[in-house]
Amino acid sequence: MSEFFQQIINGLSLGSIYALIALGYTMVYGILKLINFAHGEVFMMGAYSGYYLASWLGVERYQAAGRGFPLGLALVVLVLAMAASALLGVLIEALAYRPVRSAPRLTPLITAIGVSLFLQNAAMLLFTPNPRAYPPILRELRFAAGGVIVTNIKLAIFVVALALMVGLHLFVQRTWTGRAMRALSMNIDAARLMGIDVNATIRATFAIGSALAAAGGILFGLDQITINPLMGVLTGLKAFVAAVLGGIGNIPGAVVGGLLIGLAEQLTAGYLSPDYRDAITFLILVVILVLKPEGLLGVVRQEKV
Amino acid sequence: MNGPDASASEPDLEVAGLHVLYGGIAAVKGVSFSVARGEIVALIGANGAGKTSVLKALVGLVPAARGSVRLFGRDATGIPTHRRTALGATLVPEGRAIFAGMTVRENLELGAFLKRDPVTLGQRLERVLALVPRLGERLAQAGGTLSGGEQQMLAIGRALMGEPRLLLLDEPSLGLAPKLVAQIFGSIVEIAKTGLTILLVEQNTRLALETAHRAHVLVTGEIVLSGRCSELRDDPRIKAAYLGEAL
Ligand SMILES: Nc1ncnc2c1ncn2[C@@H]1O[C@H](COP(=O)(O)OP(=O)(O)OP(=O)(O)O)[C@@H](O)[C@H]1O
Ligand SMILES: [Mg+2]
Repeated sequence: MSEFFQQIINGLSLGSIYALIALGYTMVYGILKLINFAHGEVFMMGAYSGYYLASWLGVERYQAAGRGFPLGLALVVLVLAMAASALLGVLIEALAYRPVRSAPRLTPLITAIGVSLFLQNAAMLLFTPNPRAYPPILRELRFAAGGVIVTNIKLAIFVVALALMVGLHLFVQRTWTGRAMRALSMNIDAARLMGIDVNATIRATFAIGSALAAAGGILFGLDQITINPLMGVLTGLKAFVAAVLGGIGNIPGAVVGGLLIGLAEQLTAGYLSPDYRDAITFLILVVILVLKPEGLLGVVRQEKV
Repeated sequence: MNGPDASASEPDLEVAGLHVLYGGIAAVKGVSFSVARGEIVALIGANGAGKTSVLKALVGLVPAARGSVRLFGRDATGIPTHRRTALGATLVPEGRAIFAGMTVRENLELGAFLKRDPVTLGQRLERVLALVPRLGERLAQAGGTLSGGEQQMLAIGRALMGEPRLLLLDEPSLGLAPKLVAQIFGSIVEIAKTGLTILLVEQNTRLALETAHRAHVLVTGEIVLSGRCSELRDDPRIKAAYLGEAL
């Protein structure tokens, strides 16, 4: 039984990372009907910016001195990496997607694949293809309770992801920019007539989605110990499946989908075989596409974004 | 009905030589007209005549291939839709253009996107609810679950929340029962009394000619007839083609 709880905790922690990434897919899809294939690479770049920011802020010195990296500095790393990725997302939108926005739907899709490949290769040039050990932004502490081992890192991942998701929910529901995003996803011409600046709102959507992906990247680095330039491929794909599972375009759906994929992956690894941990995601994708292609929370005329 | 304001030096809307193309095919071919401050002008014509295309070009939802659009004395030809809304010109589009997944209140508040000061927003909401019947008791209902007529009311109310100076209405009577049409046109006349300039597109020619001061008749993208509504009502060509009366 304690092993089961262990798997659940690990699954929720991994799943909340998927959820953070899935939100970016779903918000962009809700507005542009575009699958932003480069989103996994934004996640990867977020992880690397966290890596470099942490070493710039002297994480190695703290490590050498046997002291933990101060929590305040860890938050600085998180916030700055999110800001850098927001900028990257805005640049991708402005340089790659905006010029093809009114082209037939296949064009932006192929553009997205191109951006994704470009960023993978840029990362291999800039950071070398070798995996890197992620700096200990948080020093690991272990708590044992009833045979279940919980690390502060797993808890921090869950808490940070949850806080960001609640923040996003409040932003989308309560702020005028959030309302503009929802309006855009429902009726773009009517939104324009309200006086909403469509370009600015799309920019905000990319900024927010990319910042969340960067947070996911840092949490992923902490969780998985190493990062590499291709880390966005598989994880990005899983997060995309999470968005489809929840109902693409639907914000709560992305969260539910992310958590479910994380749980499914962890339980499969624990009880079947670690060999199947990646396969289960794609099995879920096939099943959902056959049985409920609109996703778990997606209904016809469901409120999107 | 208040008459047009002759003291205003320039008309609120001035269109000259407007062309709209869809993939090389011209839907609007050189339309010119103007609407003075406080005036109600109707644009009438058969299905496919190009009425909606003219309105969309006026607010920038489709580009003007040629010609110019002046709003409140300023050239607005190339500027994006949201900036024309900021200038004070907005369109209540044809059909159901409400935000279906949002509540009636959220829809109305979005109409005030550019005028969101919380104090006056509340006052405006009350004023709009007084002007547009039946929305008050449905504020918490999802827009998509309103009846067609209620959605039309909501679309008009939402536009009014932004305090426009020029309101473009695309077939407000479409698909509505006669009683509701009377109600909506009653609202339009009331709204016009508040000093708003209105350009009205309407298939219901009789109603349009009763509501507006002047009208233009559009046939396959060109204005073929213009005049005061009081005169057009008796024009034999109008009677034959649009009022269903034999010559
Ligand atoms: N997006 C579009 N692409 C191609 N052709 C279009 C498009 N929109 C309108 N048209 C064509 O342009 C012409 C004018 O259409 P428009 O909608 O302006 O007419 P309308 O006078 O508003 O008609 P209705 O009374 O039926 O609403 C029509 O022939 C229509 O088929
Ligand atoms: Mg029309």
